[in-house]
Amino acid sequence: MNAFFQFIARHRLFASILFLMIFPFFMPYEALAINILIFGLFAMGFNLLFGYMGLLSFGHAAFLGIGSYLTGISIVHYSLPWGTAILIGVIGAAIGGLIMGFLAIRTRGIYFSMVTLALGQIVYYIFYKAESFTGGENGLRGVKVETFSILGIPVDFLNPLTKYYIILFFVSIALWLISRILNSPLGAVMEAIRENEKRAAACGFDVTKTKLLVFVLSAAICGLAGSLRALHLSIVPIDSLHYLQSGQAVMMSILGGMGTFFGPFIGAAVMLYLEDIVTTFTKHWMAVIGLVFMLFVLFFPKGIWGTILSKLHINQDV
Amino acid sequence: MTGLSLELLCMQLLTGIALGSIYALLALGLCLIFGMLNVVNFAHGAFFMVGAFLGVYFLGITGNFWFSLILTPLVTGGLGLITERFLVRPLYGRGLDYPLLLTFGLSYVLIEAMRVTFGIEGLPSITPEGLGGTVDVGIGTFPKYRLFLIAATAFIIFAVWLFIQKTRYGLIIKAGAADQEIVKVLGVDIAKVWLLVFGMGCAIAGLSGILASPTRSVNPEMGIPILAESFVVTVVGGMGSPAGAVVAGLLVGIVYSMTSLFFPDLAELSIFVLMAMVLLIRPQGLFGKAGAMG
Repeated sequence: MNAFFQFIARHRLFASILFLMIFPFFMPYEALAINILIFGLFAMGFNLLFGYMGLLSFGHAAFLGIGSYLTGISIVHYSLPWGTAILIGVIGAAIGGLIMGFLAIRTRGIYFSMVTLALGQIVYYIFYKAESFTGGENGLRGVKVETFSILGIPVDFLNPLTKYYIILFFVSIALWLISRILNSPLGAVMEAIRENEKRAAACGFDVTKTKLLVFVLSAAICGLAGSLRALHLSIVPIDSLHYLQSGQAVMMSILGGMGTFFGPFIGAAVMLYLEDIVTTFTKHWMAVIGLVFMLFVLFFPKGIWGTILSKLHINQDV
Repeated sequence: MTGLSLELLCMQLLTGIALGSIYALLALGLCLIFGMLNVVNFAHGAFFMVGAFLGVYFLGITGNFWFSLILTPLVTGGLGLITERFLVRPLYGRGLDYPLLLTFGLSYVLIEAMRVTFGIEGLPSITPEGLGGTVDVGIGTFPKYRLFLIAATAFIIFAVWLFIQKTRYGLIIKAGAADQEIVKVLGVDIAKVWLLVFGMGCAIAGLSGILASPTRSVNPEMGIPILAESFVVTVVGGMGSPAGAVVAGLLVGIVYSMTSLFFPDLAELSIFVLMAMVLLIRPQGLFGKAGAMG
């Protein structure tokens, strides 16, 4: 068993993608698997900032939402091809991350959480009020992508399993990027900042620039999750910009294990699967997840995946 | 702007001050807890909401506004004591993010608890007897309740100020905020002070909830936007500065109501833009000390 985990530890990217390839067959229905895939990516993008650099942002819904809306608007209002639409969503989220990050990293600690939350609400109200573009309160409807062709081969995007694997293709690119960042010197500096910001600065690393860079990268990944979500749902709900949505990324990261590579995905899977079951027999899902989350914060701060890894004495980078 | 009279501006200013009173109270509660315990209470909006519900509920069964005005903060303060003692206290020394995360989870539970108890529709808000209607303030008529709101807030803020500046307990709180180690060495049980301060903060949140309840709809989600708005006030005023909380609260209220007069669509946005401007020009907030943000 341990040797198996050691193997995974050495090839985390390969193992993750392999796992995600067979993942939909363990789920009750494909739409849930797609949802988990997308929110897993959202939580992993968020975790890059929170788990690895120690910055608790409560504004990441802004990037999920910007990605979703820009992709949706490109398709609905400008009839752009879906690939271009995704690119626009990701770039838009990265620019949003640059602006928000520039303002937010002027603050530290818990102040940072409050500021990102409030800045995220700015984005929420902007999209809420720009009704002619975004549909306002009702959300943006009609983000229809039915069929398209890749290298001349027609692909049926309405087939849920096909949709899953197309989305997985983009998620895999993002996972490769995250894994690459964590293995790079930048990843080491991020962890140094998390452990001791002053010492990292004293070692000659540009803390401000690193923070901003990681903030933007994290925003771009969350933006990709948003773009894919718009294609998946074919609508963009306005709630995807609300700070409660940011809170969801926070909850997923904690539940799975912040500061681990695959933990946030586990957190997303557990949370959404649980929601799927719980909501069939009670309306009070918020109380359930609130209590579960509080229990984890109090007793299992390492999360599910993080606890498993530390029990098996494997480093947390898996 | 020919149709715009000075009277109208003044009335809108007064409306802004009434709104700002609520913000000031909320930020004061946040600030007390933060200054002392270094904890941002993410359930502050939820305590505000619980206060509004309890206020309306107590008013309904007793018929006495003054009674519920006293009972409500006692209950939310009690909830705050329980929260600090059993949920937040185990997290001290484990990183500043944990109490924040925990109270975020708590806010979910409180929202759902109110949904279960009072239904998802919420309660109809009641203006207390004798405070309904309008009164002539010289430049026009103004809702009597909002004047009461301003006066009540001024009274509460004065009482908190008096408590902190002029009593023995206030002295301990101030000393504890400045240097908890020394206070411990002097033989004060700082854990009790923290408990008390957290309870006080939650009591004030509940109080602002009941005071705000006649001016807005009382539903389980009412605390969600309020939390973001009270963060704006805290950032504008400067973290951990009670004076900043009060001044910024009024300022944010006035900015909101003035913007809603000229550009109704941008009212919600305006206060967040104000915050972004403050962050650009003076990141520590109007009354914050430089470097006191970490």
